[in-house]
Amino acid sequence: MSAQALEEEHLTHGAGRAPAEKSRPGGAPGGEPRGQSAPQSKPAVTLDEHIVEVLSDSGEGAQRCGQSFGSIAARTGHGIWTVEIIPAEIQPPARSIAGGSGNRVRIAAGSVTNGGDEADLVVAFNEQVLLGRVRDHELKPGCIILLEDKWRTDGDPAIAAAYKETYDELTAKGYAIHEIPMESECLNYVLDPRRGKNMFVLGMLCSIYSLDLQIAREQVAFVFAKKDESVINDNVTLLEAGHAWAAAHLEIKFRIPRSELREPHMVVNGNIALGLGVMASGMEVCAMYPITPATSASHYLSEVFENVGGIVHQAEDEIAACAFAIGSSYAGKCAVTITSGPGFALKQEAIGLAVMAEIPLVVVNVQRGGPSTGLPTKAEQGDLLFACFGGHGDNPKVVMAVSGIEDCFYSMITARKIAETFNTVVIVLTDANLASAQQPFPRPQLSEEWMAPPVDQSAVGEDALPYDWDARTGLARRFIPGQPNGEHCLTGLAHDRKSCVAYEPDINQEGILHRSLKLAALQRTLKTPPVFGDEEGELLIIGWGSTKGAIEEAVTRLRDEGRDVSSLHLRFIQPLPSGIKEVLQGFAKVMTVENNWSDSVEHEIITDDNRRYSELAWLLRARYLVDIDCWSEVRGQPIKPGAIVRAVRRRLQGKG
Amino acid sequence: MDTPIAECALRLIDEEYFLDDYQGRTPRWCTGCGDNAILAAVQRVCRNEQLPPEKTVFVSGIGCSSRFPHYINSYGFHGLHGRALPVAEGIKLRRPDLHVFVVTGDGDCCSIGAAHWIHALRYNMNMTVLMHDNGIYGLTKNQASPTSPLGLKSKTTPQGTQLEPINPVSVSLGIRNVSFVAQAADWIPDQLQDTIEAAFHHKGLSFVRILQRCPEFLPGRFDPWVQEPDRMLLLHHKDGVGISPDLAKIYRNKEEHDPSNRNRAREIASTYDPMPVGVLYRNPQMPCYEDLRKPDRFYTPAIVKRVLEREFDKFTIHPAE
Repeated sequence: MSAQALEEEHLTHGAGRAPAEKSRPGGAPGGEPRGQSAPQSKPAVTLDEHIVEVLSDSGEGAQRCGQSFGSIAARTGHGIWTVEIIPAEIQPPARSIAGGSGNRVRIAAGSVTNGGDEADLVVAFNEQVLLGRVRDHELKPGCIILLEDKWRTDGDPAIAAAYKETYDELTAKGYAIHEIPMESECLNYVLDPRRGKNMFVLGMLCSIYSLDLQIAREQVAFVFAKKDESVINDNVTLLEAGHAWAAAHLEIKFRIPRSELREPHMVVNGNIALGLGVMASGMEVCAMYPITPATSASHYLSEVFENVGGIVHQAEDEIAACAFAIGSSYAGKCAVTITSGPGFALKQEAIGLAVMAEIPLVVVNVQRGGPSTGLPTKAEQGDLLFACFGGHGDNPKVVMAVSGIEDCFYSMITARKIAETFNTVVIVLTDANLASAQQPFPRPQLSEEWMAPPVDQSAVGEDALPYDWDARTGLARRFIPGQPNGEHCLTGLAHDRKSCVAYEPDINQEGILHRSLKLAALQRTLKTPPVFGDEEGELLIIGWGSTKGAIEEAVTRLRDEGRDVSSLHLRFIQPLPSGIKEVLQGFAKVMTVENNWSDSVEHEIITDDNRRYSELAWLLRARYLVDIDCWSEVRGQPIKPGAIVRAVRRRLQGKG
Repeated sequence: MDTPIAECALRLIDEEYFLDDYQGRTPRWCTGCGDNAILAAVQRVCRNEQLPPEKTVFVSGIGCSSRFPHYINSYGFHGLHGRALPVAEGIKLRRPDLHVFVVTGDGDCCSIGAAHWIHALRYNMNMTVLMHDNGIYGLTKNQASPTSPLGLKSKTTPQGTQLEPINPVSVSLGIRNVSFVAQAADWIPDQLQDTIEAAFHHKGLSFVRILQRCPEFLPGRFDPWVQEPDRMLLLHHKDGVGISPDLAKIYRNKEEHDPSNRNRAREIASTYDPMPVGVLYRNPQMPCYEDLRKPDRFYTPAIVKRVLEREFDKFTIHPAE
């Protein structure tokens, strides 16, 4: 469907040792003995948190560097949130503004729930990828920049000039640029510094942030576990070299207080958490078609699913993937299909069949920027109403929204259970932000209750009906092939309790009634979500999905400013839990904050009559008859808490 | 998923299936529709093979032919236009114990579901695909299909179709790992039944194109072949289907064709006058997707827990000691 945007990194294998005069007999670079930290020559500045970015051309390993830095920080005892910076192309031109690839790591004393605001420190392998981030307003004023210096003396005068121009421009803007001889330093240890520079940078960052070097060594060994020992050794050498170099040459040294980890935590991104959740839920079939940013969940499952007797089926297209999952579900346990916006669109007819025929099915939509091919690698929450109301005809299905990395895991268990209990489709919305972001969460205590029961193959009663709808709940037991006496022809046509095709008005009315009732029956079991902040006040912000952390952080900041703001986060979108109207009544104003489109009332032709609201706002306005406002943006990035704070301040001043 | 052995033994003694046991709802096909003959042939095959109705699934798409599962007593899945094959694949993958049949038509298979058709041949899962080819869209009332003869006037082609029809048998034979391709005609019921029987016995995906008369919208389409038996070419072989003495009296034009000979199969497939019927190609050695993907262990909660704990270990950070 789309260009797979995964970065080809892992750059260090094949990197040979440099000539003999460069090798250091038995010791780490800079004469520092192996196994010890660099000398603490300068005092470290203590910080609550910092946002660090590592940027390179695609294929130079900045992503691996950033991910590893995040993992080391987490294992050292910091709260982290990592965000991938991914270009849409696999090999964008080198040194291009739009081609930057890398990772943002928010590292803090306590736990963090989102990627935060702009960066405090950026490491860039060339000035062009750096410029891209500057143009995107991703750097704080005065941001510290560590920049590869080799371009200043590049043989190509155009490159050298471009470097100097950017350097001068950014210096003039007040950024603190430190030119670092990354490549020439790496040449002391390896033949091809382009492979391995990322580990040198990782070492530098570990020194700058006073992270435990031994944990860093272990992380590098883990990252390259599938490679030869010589590869691990080369990378550890570069890590130590970067660490020693920063200690010896940089005046930047920070220390962020650590909070002791009290229990084991998992560090995975949202898509891996999804994959783990699929296994923990007892689902056995994942049918998919490659699409960014969903595919990495299936990559992970492909590696491990067979170990539990499961299978990842790569179908010929999105429709086939959905139909395949439906076939598997029909004949056995609930199956899952994992996709992203355009694929989700293609699956709609098949989803409608599963709703109509009451076949359990879990559909994961890892949302990306739309419409059409849109922003394949970037985050957006543009599919909420589509998930609720997509498909022709009355199509009641459950829609859940995942609000964090941990939730990616547990949502699969909940979704499977609801799908099989109610014999319906459960759509789980996550997004590109969660797909690749990492945040530690407590290691789950597995329970067999999460897993699907064995497939029922017992005989059904001679007179049992395949759609024996319960008048109160709409529920009916489903018959699975192999069950004697259960033979019937399931159909997507309107059908009666015997699954006979029926065009009579009463029967159609009855079928739709019972399928609809199932949502109400589920709704009666849902709890009102808790309010973050006071239960009464001036403004309530409502969110859904991956914005939870940013919204709650913004609410905390606004409350610290003395503003009377709270928030509510919705995990179930369809059906909506009870009690929300009562929550709304506690506030003078209500607005949603979403990562999708809404018209601004400040635009000259926008009025109350033509304003298009954000998606959740539409839904809540329709359901609760409350004048719910919204603020949103579609920048292809996770919403920053600072942006929410600014938007709310303006709203509270009566501005758009 | 697994049937206890004791129960199997019990059934062997208890049950013998008769034609009536496969009787579903009363067919609503038009009088003279070739689908009726195909249904009768399939029911006889089920009876001959003693297929337990609860262990048999007929999956179809949308169209006249796809009403088939309603008319036979078994589990049936009458799903989406063009998507019968991926549904059937999903069923077969997790339930190799079920006998899976797919009933589809020329529009369902060769037009809206063409991608699935090509890939189903490639997956080569053990199922029998009956493609009822009447060369017209019937349920939507008279539009040209991809197998309509050149020049056919229909509701959407009042001046006549301008494109050559697709040849479903030739296309199927073009797939490198296709394993069974046959052609049959609704007006030669014995040979049709033998062909479906051979398809059922084949391990792998057996694709049977069945020339099917539509008396409503395309009457006369197959008249030359129906009325002049000599214009039919009956293929026979010990590895394909035989020709009964009775049949041989009517259909004198026959060829002993070894279904392992794919090149000859392709030559035969490209002819339509005489119209070949019988098994064109068969390769029992071709691996099936469900076997290639068969898990080497079965799902149990204990295995899931063990594997997941190991996976968790990979991603876990521990408190400092």
